[in-house]
Amino acid sequence: MGNASSMLTQYDIEEVQEHCNYLFSQQEIVALYNRFCQLDRTAKGFISSDEFLSIPEFSLNPLSQRLLKMVDGLNFKDFVAFLSAFSPQATPQQKVELIFKVYDVDGKGRVTFKDLLEVLRDLTGSFMSEEQREKVLGQVLEEAGYSRESSLYLEDFMKVLSKAGLKMEVEVPVD
Amino acid sequence: MNQRVGTDSSPLRFAACESASIPLFATFIGARRRAPPARTHRQIGSQLVGRRILAAMGGLDSSSMETDLDRPNIEEYLTTETIREVPKKLHLSDLLDISPTLTEAAGAIVDDSFTRCFKSNSPEPWNWNIYLFPLWCLGVVVRYGILFPASFSWLVSLSNLISCMFCRVGVLALGWIVFFAAFLPVHFLIRGHDKWRRKIERKLVEMMCSVFVASWTGVIKYHGPRPSRRPQQVFVANHTSMIDFIILEQMTAFAVIMQKHPGWVGFIQKTILESVGCIWFNRTESKDREVVATKIREHTQGVDNNPLLIFPEGTCVNNHYTVMFKKGAFELGCAVCPVAIKYNKIFVDAFWNSKKQSFTTHLAQLMTSWAVVCDVWYLEPQYIRPGEIPIEFAERVRDMISVRAGLKKVPWDGYLKYFRPSPKLTERKQQIFAESVLKRLEEK
Repeated sequence: MGNASSMLTQYDIEEVQEHCNYLFSQQEIVALYNRFCQLDRTAKGFISSDEFLSIPEFSLNPLSQRLLKMVDGLNFKDFVAFLSAFSPQATPQQKVELIFKVYDVDGKGRVTFKDLLEVLRDLTGSFMSEEQREKVLGQVLEEAGYSRESSLYLEDFMKVLSKAGLKMEVEVPVD
Repeated sequence: MNQRVGTDSSPLRFAACESASIPLFATFIGARRRAPPARTHRQIGSQLVGRRILAAMGGLDSSSMETDLDRPNIEEYLTTETIREVPKKLHLSDLLDISPTLTEAAGAIVDDSFTRCFKSNSPEPWNWNIYLFPLWCLGVVVRYGILFPASFSWLVSLSNLISCMFCRVGVLALGWIVFFAAFLPVHFLIRGHDKWRRKIERKLVEMMCSVFVASWTGVIKYHGPRPSRRPQQVFVANHTSMIDFIILEQMTAFAVIMQKHPGWVGFIQKTILESVGCIWFNRTESKDREVVATKIREHTQGVDNNPLLIFPEGTCVNNHYTVMFKKGAFELGCAVCPVAIKYNKIFVDAFWNSKKQSFTTHLAQLMTSWAVVCDVWYLEPQYIRPGEIPIEFAERVRDMISVRAGLKKVPWDGYLKYFRPSPKLTERKQQIFAESVLKRLEEK
């Protein structure tokens, strides 16, 4: 399923559905395929960074660069797998996993103070100084029982975010 | 802003589009993509502030960002629950929880109102069964073989030319010949009597446009009073393709503002359209705006000039939506006459997707289809109201045109097709988040 042909067969749809753990219905997968083909203007089989950035709403998202590292060059199967964390059927664990991956963008398996700083920098831009950011992070980490030197693992993220009640859902428009 | 965007099967998505027009606040409010606070802030916020947001959203250049008016009043956009909420102490979970921002990004990837505006809708295949398919084949033969003869038989002899009179390319070719035969002598020889020359050239251009329209078997219904020639007025219309201009020009000789094109279109621009008094601009030149603005102002003040036609969207949109109007046409201090154009999709999709096909291909596509059917409404001239800023005026006129032509409004600037959004919009989101964090840090 590497190339974006204009027709999806039933086998293709089922393969993609399996890959995303059945978090999307078949109709939603077809709708996502139409969207994928629309974004992938030159029919390469994947969406380039430039094409993602041509969506104005995505482009002005503060975390767009970080997300681009994760979605750039994905084929359709992996594209759907990425979006599956936003399905209403996704479990909180799957959502936290995605958030963890966004922080740990280089895939080392743990999130360091540096990673936390980077994300906070993306979110606040020039409206907080570096010292303020370090102070804030240091303070909340201490209060939660961690230190600046400690690395956070997926379990820590699960523990901290399970109380938050994550609202992370996207509706796929099905015509 | 009043018109609800979309009566599609998933109204929530388009309601989300309304809140997407205020994405600045979604992060702060923590709005779920599925349940936008659109209705709440419509209750609280005044229309005026809404316009300011749109101005902030639509502005690509710094000049529109610097004014005080564009800085939105955040209190007006908080939902009632958030206003009553006392800022709570900051916890690790608040900083780790980037789900609102991620949801916005994913929502934009899955569906965004801007890309929808430029989607060419492929016609649904109707020729799928045993008796319709041969009919469709016959239709292809007629359209391509008889209506649009590919052979340049008109070159061969005049008799052939006459025999091709009923064929589209023949009509077009004949039209061009007659046009040039009349235009060139008039343009070059009648030097002394400018007024006469102008009048004849105007009539010739109108005739040529009628020929064009005939060559696509255009069925165009005009509603409303025909434009009159008087100074201090501009015409604005929604834009779907370059043929919009031809359709309107057939009825009245307008002067138009156009993007400079290469190739044969550019040649026609330089030679013929010069005579009706057109103004050229170049999207890619940044200082071009002021130059063009001056030219527009001069044109509207001249008594003898043809009425000026402007497409404030700045780009071709697919005739289902309207993107934000540029305020240039609305700050001239003269009457603005809106014109609404709506094509009938059953016969042909007249949207010129300039990223997908050249204008020549687009014209060829039009000439090989059955007909171009459209409605043109000339609406009542509008004047800027006291206390109204040009951007609000532009939105009001856009409302009128969208309602008349049955188009949905989208709060994006059409130029985002060519340029990235201004980083100031991202900075605004960052500012809101940063301020909320710092405020909550104070709380013990």
